[in-house]
Amino acid sequence: MSKESFFSSSIGRKIAVSLTGIFLITFLLVHVGLNATILLNDGGETFNAGAHFMAYNWLIRVMEVGLFAGFILHIVLTLMLYFQNRTKRPVAYAKVDAKENSRWYSRSMALLGSLLLIFLVIHINQFWSDKLVHVYINGEQQIDAYTMVIEALRNPINLVIYIGAFIALSYHLLHGFPSAFQTLGWNHKKYTPIIKKLGVIYSVFVPGLFCIIALAIYFEFVQ
Amino acid sequence: MEHYSMNLNLRIWRQKNKNDKGGFADYKVEGISSEMSFLEMIDVLNERLILENTEPVAFDHDCREGICGSCSMYINGRPHGPWHETTTCQLHMRAFKDGDTIVVEPWRAKSFPVVKDLVVDRAAFDRIIQSGGYISVNTGNAVDANCIPIEKDKADKAFAAAACIGCGACVAACPNTSAMLFVSAKVSQLALLPQGGPERKTRVRNMVAQMDKEGFGSCTNIGACEAECPKGISLENIARMNREFTIASLLSED
Amino acid sequence: MALNSKIPTGELDKKWEEYKGHVKLVNPSNKRKLEIIIVGTGLAGASAAASLGELGYKVKAFCFQDSPRRAHSIAAQGGINAAKNYQNDGDSVYRLFYDTIKGGDYRARESNVHRLAEVSVNIIDQCVAQGVPFAREYGGLLSNRSFGGTQVQRTFYAAGQTGQQLLLGAYSALERQVALGNVTMYARHEMLDVVTIEGKARGIIARNLVSGELERHFGHAVLLCSGGYGNVFYLSTNAMGSNVTAAWKAHKKGAYFANPCFTQIHPTCIPVTGDHQSKLTLMSESLRNDGRIWVPIAKGDTRKASDIPEEERDYYLERRYPAFGNLVPRDVASRAAKERCDAGYGVGSSKMAVFLDFADAIVRYGKIEAGKQGLENVSKDRIVELGKEVVKEKYGNLFDMYAKITGENPYEVPMRIYPAVHYTMGGLWVDYELMTTVPGLYCLGEANFSDHGANRLGASALMQGLADGYFVVPYTIGNYLADEIRTTEIPTSHEAFEKTEAEVKERLDKLMGIKGTQTVESFHKRLGKIIWDKCGMARNEEGLKSAIEEVRALKKEFWSDVKIPGGINEFNSELDKAGRVADLIELGELMCTDALDRNESCGGHFREEYQTEDGEALRDDEHYKYVAAWAFKSEGKWELHKEDLIYENIKIAARSYK
Repeated sequence: MSKESFFSSSIGRKIAVSLTGIFLITFLLVHVGLNATILLNDGGETFNAGAHFMAYNWLIRVMEVGLFAGFILHIVLTLMLYFQNRTKRPVAYAKVDAKENSRWYSRSMALLGSLLLIFLVIHINQFWSDKLVHVYINGEQQIDAYTMVIEALRNPINLVIYIGAFIALSYHLLHGFPSAFQTLGWNHKKYTPIIKKLGVIYSVFVPGLFCIIALAIYFEFVQ
Repeated sequence: MEHYSMNLNLRIWRQKNKNDKGGFADYKVEGISSEMSFLEMIDVLNERLILENTEPVAFDHDCREGICGSCSMYINGRPHGPWHETTTCQLHMRAFKDGDTIVVEPWRAKSFPVVKDLVVDRAAFDRIIQSGGYISVNTGNAVDANCIPIEKDKADKAFAAAACIGCGACVAACPNTSAMLFVSAKVSQLALLPQGGPERKTRVRNMVAQMDKEGFGSCTNIGACEAECPKGISLENIARMNREFTIASLLSED
Repeated sequence: MALNSKIPTGELDKKWEEYKGHVKLVNPSNKRKLEIIIVGTGLAGASAAASLGELGYKVKAFCFQDSPRRAHSIAAQGGINAAKNYQNDGDSVYRLFYDTIKGGDYRARESNVHRLAEVSVNIIDQCVAQGVPFAREYGGLLSNRSFGGTQVQRTFYAAGQTGQQLLLGAYSALERQVALGNVTMYARHEMLDVVTIEGKARGIIARNLVSGELERHFGHAVLLCSGGYGNVFYLSTNAMGSNVTAAWKAHKKGAYFANPCFTQIHPTCIPVTGDHQSKLTLMSESLRNDGRIWVPIAKGDTRKASDIPEEERDYYLERRYPAFGNLVPRDVASRAAKERCDAGYGVGSSKMAVFLDFADAIVRYGKIEAGKQGLENVSKDRIVELGKEVVKEKYGNLFDMYAKITGENPYEVPMRIYPAVHYTMGGLWVDYELMTTVPGLYCLGEANFSDHGANRLGASALMQGLADGYFVVPYTIGNYLADEIRTTEIPTSHEAFEKTEAEVKERLDKLMGIKGTQTVESFHKRLGKIIWDKCGMARNEEGLKSAIEEVRALKKEFWSDVKIPGGINEFNSELDKAGRVADLIELGELMCTDALDRNESCGGHFREEYQTEDGEALRDDEHYKYVAAWAFKSEGKWELHKEDLIYENIKIAARSYK
């Protein structure tokens, strides 16, 4: 019997999705931590210091490459899986009562993920891309990152997109968080319920915190 | 238990053979007793169709006590219908009420082509077992059965996995048509038992390779398979197979 | 033809050893050239196919289901016997042998049964090595329970799904041989005739049930492992597809049919609810370990079970058979239930049911559990709660099944049960080597008659199927094939194949050509009613005579008025069923003929004229201590051959479980 190579097998690919997912989950924690400094309401001092560190520390820059690779791998693999899986049922059921056996967001990971991808493009365009490069020319602060964030989120359209994206993220995580562990084979009578609870807490708390920060800015609780 | 009689509207998939396009046909059945099983209700319909010079609905069924795994109907949007941990033959008509419309379809999956009406070809499952779902022990090779004590907990878990009836409801329920629950049940059973040890690594790799080759979709942990499995096979088995597969693949020398 | 059972000479417990030591062998290079056809993939067929494939023979296996894993052995619930004596309770090969002969009411062949008891221990070893997850104790060793007709605990089990686990073990061994190229599997194929050339079985004609095409297959030997004929009763615990066709075709080609009237009615099944019923569901005999069977003392008592006080209940098995109580053999328990219901003490809406009550067991286990957990001053409710958990662990899947079918909760109210057709001890006559009267044609498992006499003990069917397939036929078939190594593959263009295929085709055309007005199912139901009423749990001369007439008339009507839709060269379940029912009708006549001929009561065969004063079966060893092997002469005509049963190691006695 011919053996498949690990990453060409269905399970191997899933594991890559899971690992990149866990990596992105970790990144999210760093990101929300940095954003949360906005709530200190110190005029952006801590936030800007953090942003400066993120932009100039060589280790972070290297990890940034990894982060991009993670994003791309996660997106490419899941989209591939999605389109592959779509060919597996050539004749669709006339009636499906899926709500009886599974959660809608578990079945809609591709949709939720696609929404997040669109947001990601907008988000990078808004806050990162060339602007961040312009921020620090010759090490001199040209534009204040903090001010940039505040200005962007005072725009109601931006705010709605932002909050919408985090609702999508929340559901994406509700499935993705425990799913990543299941894929890695971490299913245990004692620990799986804990992972599931952690997953729910994380999926609500992290996107929720992003939203609270955004709302705090919009309603001018932070200056 | 109160018994009652009901009239039903049936919408059943009819397809002459695997090349036919197929379509739904509507039938009315009357005077169905709540004590009948779902298949007995189809029997009533078929007897009538025959007398009306129409071909009866073809469907797979055999033991009619929930263990052979033959009956493969997708009823009102769910494999084996509305009851939890129940095969179609054990589904009884008290699950329905007078005037209900019931839609009956075959399992739908690229790897389970329709043979006729509600009958599908599940030979892919046999081929997966052929690829490694066994312990290579020729008749006569065995040592005394009590030579190797097995932890009760592990034996129980192996049994729970081995209870799979190979009906294919997992594939039918899965939006991706993944066969992971079926394959992992066998991999788990044999991985949990010491007798399965020597072939543990090659088994899981071969069976996963065959599963992929058969064209089943990949698992995205939706969990519909576990919810619809008539024998309550646990997702824990899929996690175990992921683990087994990863370790076996990473440690292998080829 | 005189029957030669080929029993080896010598001491009973040395016969098999001696036989194996002197049997002819086939060398490995010759095995590769020998082809074996196996019909049926249940325990006997799958285990034989796997074992013969392992030996190097070229095997072709056939089943009518979509996969060999679905054969009806899968539905066996309770367990498998083996003389392991792991419980240290005095079991031995001899005791298993003795219990089986006695359980079979002294109508089985000593040598075969002793061999069965000998190899029983190997079966458990083999299955465990294959990964069959039998129930275990906390120490990691195998667990046992007791079954009817025995006083030791020798039954190995896997919850209530022992047959499933054993079959899946054999199935995986079979699939392994398929992968290795030693076995070719033909699923959704039905054997429709045996091809004989110069008196020897040389192949079969099979129909591809998907395309409808007829196929010719050559084999140096043919093994029939096609199960029993319980569906002659229409309602039984058999699968819908279970049939006698393969055995019947062989019978018509010269294989004698032995003891067809020995059929087993299982005492604990879910009662019939109405005319719509298509099959009956067994509640495992293992339930009689803990459940107590009773009916009200008062006739026609319509109170709920819980409202009937203890002193107004008749635990009739415990009353009549104090030594074995609720664990008497199946035939005895079934007749006792029928007796109570016929006398007007039945329960439930149909009054054709008795209670199987777990209330006592729940309390008993609850107390033990409370003791284990060191609980003091436990309330009654808590004890019941604990007890239910224990019962759930032991019998959970059976209780769930009962609840699904009846809509009642058996943890709260007693189960209602009634006897139902379950197994057929009769079958094709075979010699010690499991060969039928047609050379090269073997018969294994339930399809043969060999080991259970007039009544089978619980948990012995699985044992026999696997014994035949794993440990008997792989040896005995060599004795025949050793002389066949010079027979090269006979091309299927041979005139015998031509002729047999033409006959099969003619019959199919004839069936399709009738274009009558009644469905196959309606004929099957009528056949079942005749046989159940007149050749069921109790039989008498007058009834059997009229049954024979009725079955003959039914046959005539069938062949002139059956209605089969669809065509021949396509997937046509009705045509498949029609062929099977036609054979069951013919068998029904032979069954009644055999029952009429056997003027005694023994095991499952109870002739009302022959009973003791207190209603027990009255055997007639002087005149009927033989196997009745029927040779087919022409339609509706048979010739009786007798194989005398010689008991050299067991003293025949009246069977008593009192």
